[in-house]
Amino acid sequence: MSGFPILSVMLAIPAIAAVICLFVPANTARWLALAATLIDFVLGIGLWAQFDIGGPQWQFVEYPGSLGVFDWKLGVDGFALLLIMLSVFLMPICIGASWVAVTKRVPEYMAAFLLTEVLMIGTFAAQDLFLFYIFFEAGLIPMYLIIGIWGGANRIYASYKFFLYTLLGSVLMLVAMLWMTNYAGTSDIPTLMNTDFPAHAQVWLWLAFFASFAVKMPMWPVHTWLPDAHVQAPTAGSVILAGVLLKLGGYGFLRFSLPMFPEASSELTWLILGLSAVAVIYTSLVALVQSDMKKLIAYSSVAHMAIVTIGLFAFNQQGIEGAMMVMLSHGLASGALFLCVGVIYDRLHTREIDRYGGLAINMPGYAVFFLLFTMASIGLPGTSGFVGEFLSLMGTYKVSTWAALLCTTGIILGAAYMLYLYRRVVFGDLVKDDVRAMTDLSRREIALLAPIAAVILWMGVYPESFMAPMRGDVSTLVARLAHTAPAGDSKPTTGKAPAASPAHAGDHQ
Amino acid sequence: MTTSANLILTLPEVVLSLGSLALMLVSAWGGQASTRAVSWTAVAILAGAGIALTGPSSHGGLAFDGLYHADAFGAFAKVLIYIAAAVAIIMAPRFFERTAGDDLRPEYPVLILLSSAGMGMMVSAGDLLTLYVGLELQSLAAYVLASFMRRDTRSAEAGLKYFVLGALASGILLYGISLVYGFSGSTTFDQISNAYAGSKSLGLTFGLVFVFAGMAFKISAVPFHMWTPDVYEGAPTPVTAFFASAPKVAAMAMAVRVAIEAMGPATDAWRQIVIFAALASIILGAVAAIGQSNIKRLLAYSSINNVGFVLVGLAAGTPDGVASVLFYLTVYVAMTLGSFLVVLQMRDATGEPVETIASLSGLSQTRPGLAAALAIFMFSLAGIPPLLGFNAKLAVFKAAVDAGLYPLAVAGFVASVIGAYYYLRVVKVMYFDDPAPEFQRGGSVVEGGLIAAAAVFVSPIGWILLAPLGMLSLNAARSLF
Repeated sequence: MSGFPILSVMLAIPAIAAVICLFVPANTARWLALAATLIDFVLGIGLWAQFDIGGPQWQFVEYPGSLGVFDWKLGVDGFALLLIMLSVFLMPICIGASWVAVTKRVPEYMAAFLLTEVLMIGTFAAQDLFLFYIFFEAGLIPMYLIIGIWGGANRIYASYKFFLYTLLGSVLMLVAMLWMTNYAGTSDIPTLMNTDFPAHAQVWLWLAFFASFAVKMPMWPVHTWLPDAHVQAPTAGSVILAGVLLKLGGYGFLRFSLPMFPEASSELTWLILGLSAVAVIYTSLVALVQSDMKKLIAYSSVAHMAIVTIGLFAFNQQGIEGAMMVMLSHGLASGALFLCVGVIYDRLHTREIDRYGGLAINMPGYAVFFLLFTMASIGLPGTSGFVGEFLSLMGTYKVSTWAALLCTTGIILGAAYMLYLYRRVVFGDLVKDDVRAMTDLSRREIALLAPIAAVILWMGVYPESFMAPMRGDVSTLVARLAHTAPAGDSKPTTGKAPAASPAHAGDHQ
Repeated sequence: MTTSANLILTLPEVVLSLGSLALMLVSAWGGQASTRAVSWTAVAILAGAGIALTGPSSHGGLAFDGLYHADAFGAFAKVLIYIAAAVAIIMAPRFFERTAGDDLRPEYPVLILLSSAGMGMMVSAGDLLTLYVGLELQSLAAYVLASFMRRDTRSAEAGLKYFVLGALASGILLYGISLVYGFSGSTTFDQISNAYAGSKSLGLTFGLVFVFAGMAFKISAVPFHMWTPDVYEGAPTPVTAFFASAPKVAAMAMAVRVAIEAMGPATDAWRQIVIFAALASIILGAVAAIGQSNIKRLLAYSSINNVGFVLVGLAAGTPDGVASVLFYLTVYVAMTLGSFLVVLQMRDATGEPVETIASLSGLSQTRPGLAAALAIFMFSLAGIPPLLGFNAKLAVFKAAVDAGLYPLAVAGFVASVIGAYYYLRVVKVMYFDDPAPEFQRGGSVVEGGLIAAAAVFVSPIGWILLAPLGMLSLNAARSLF
């Protein structure tokens, strides 16, 4: 709360380091990138420590001046704080994961990652509509380069698809933003969050934003860029994609669609619930038949993101808190799973599930970590996944029992494909010679996976640390939505013992 | 008003005209040897004309009984024109020196100066005849410039094509002018404006359509764009850079002035034309560029595409719209000149210029600085934030949305995604593909500096200029209303 512009500094450090990286040799670039991301992580911890829970909604606000059409205005609330923490936490891990795996054009690689970090923090901290859009959209450039230069065999197709798909989604949002600033006379996000737009316009605006966020999220049926991008991206690129970039869609719904267009959100809830229910079941089934590990995890991401959207559009405290928790948990768990894939990919240079088997025998340490992350992805109690999915589905049940019922089957299917993956890769006999020759985790790899494992357990055992900062913001949001919240069909009654609801049944399987 | 007072208001054009006449004599007597001196003197004269703009010629009002408007709008456009012209002169000598056979002749800078004087008249004209004379002075100089490589058949073809189609366009424009004169009884913008405000005669509408068709030729908006790719490809690269920047700015500023000052009351009539031309240019410019393998043709279609976006700002027809046009043109000039300067560096091992996109393959590994600069220009032309090309697009679309033109904004934005594809392709070739034979090194320091300056201007560092540029362009735009 002091005058120290901590958010701008968090943006400046990786930006400056990115520029310097371009002019130094490979090894210096690695250390420089690691140092910059670690400094940002420390600053992030400072941000969290200084964050006044229960204080004003917007903290660390900086507003040095206008840049013509838009303003340079930064600030965070609880949602933004947690997502920034996720970004700065994953970033040093990504740099570490690329330490030996990336050997060509290292300085450019590190610069691209540092740039991505700047843009992600900027997206979450921006308090001006256009500043948000600039950060949001600019993230395409480094990701395009990361996929295109350091990606796999089919990287060119994947990079184009990623870029054009997401760009097309976003331009409609920009038109809506222009209309909104014209109507409200300001592009200040906190003001717009309390502006009541006319109901007929809201539907159009909501759809324009939906076009962008649905692609970023990604929601079925516009999810097809994700498996391609994931499979072709280098390991660290997948971690950032799954860990943070996918959260931009959820953050967008939370920051824009819900508070700015409550009437339209309520009116179109059926659309979100329908698409999410399809996504959960369809992509889970698709994940079951994948032979490529990264593709399997990519499809599981789509399913998890669908749980986020139904939670958000439950219009109640549990749903929204749950959605946030799923986002954080998925960021950690799927990021860690991609790292696990990267570990064995570095050794055998294939992601074919059938090429592996019996890793528990020669890589016991790896098997333990992989199991923990698999469980977190399934949503086992005690891990981070459980808290979010349980809350999210509980919130949904109040609005639509059918959607909750359908989405809960996703948990069962999730357990099926994840355990099936784990069994084929880790259990069984060690029959292949090249697999037998694989060595267990190195110290560097343990150092990358252990922090994530610790946070996943922390989030599973004591989620209050993560829910406290956002509780106030969730209440504000629920209050804003209260007059439009759909009635719901669960009809809870007092006095009678509640029947076993599908949501519970699903979570305790 | 005395003649001297009138002349002071037109000082920039006076400086350019006298300067170019003097230099013409110098080059006639000095011959080939004087090229270098004439070039730098021409740059100095352009700078002098720019300094002259700081005087009353940027805010003095009407000169020569309304034939000439000395206002902030004209001054803003002239600054852009002078900068583009100076860069076109600076980048020429090395190109001609290295291209087999033809050294740069001293007439080149002289022609550019004459063309600039014509463009100054175009953007400051307060009368259709002043406008036409300025336009012809600019065009005639440009026809010669297009065929400046006398031994090159492509260059000669470009010059001829440009001449024939340019003459046709001038004819159409003149026909429109005669109709407007016939039905309004005057050629000055003020009187024409009164005529449009008064009667709704069919003749005036016909005149408007022909005037706009003629101007669309000059700014190469669809459906009058056909000459652009051929001329851009055939003309010597520095000349192409000039064509893509200065005359574009001049013709666009001229169109804005005619639309607002002379035909302001008929906004509803010309808006339909502008909207059609804008969308058609954006879409055709984007789609046709996809199949191109020559970088100069690609940039030609890119300029058609960009003209479409500029017209979106004009379609709004508000002060904000005009300001966005000026801002867009500023950014566009920087991106275009920067791109062509990079194209100028593309030479194979023997020093011959190469123009295929494939020869850029792997440029990021052989010449990282050059590749980064071109990547910045390409992303900026595609309108991807945080580069200034995005801010320019944002400005024109903001004006359009504020004026209530929602379908135009949606269609324009969606079509811009098509355009992004071919800009991305250039980046892909440079960054993702394996290195092709390295380009010959040894570009001049001045050219490198100009590339760097343009790249820095469109990069996020250029954000610090957003607020002042926004103020200046709005101030310039207000002088029209």
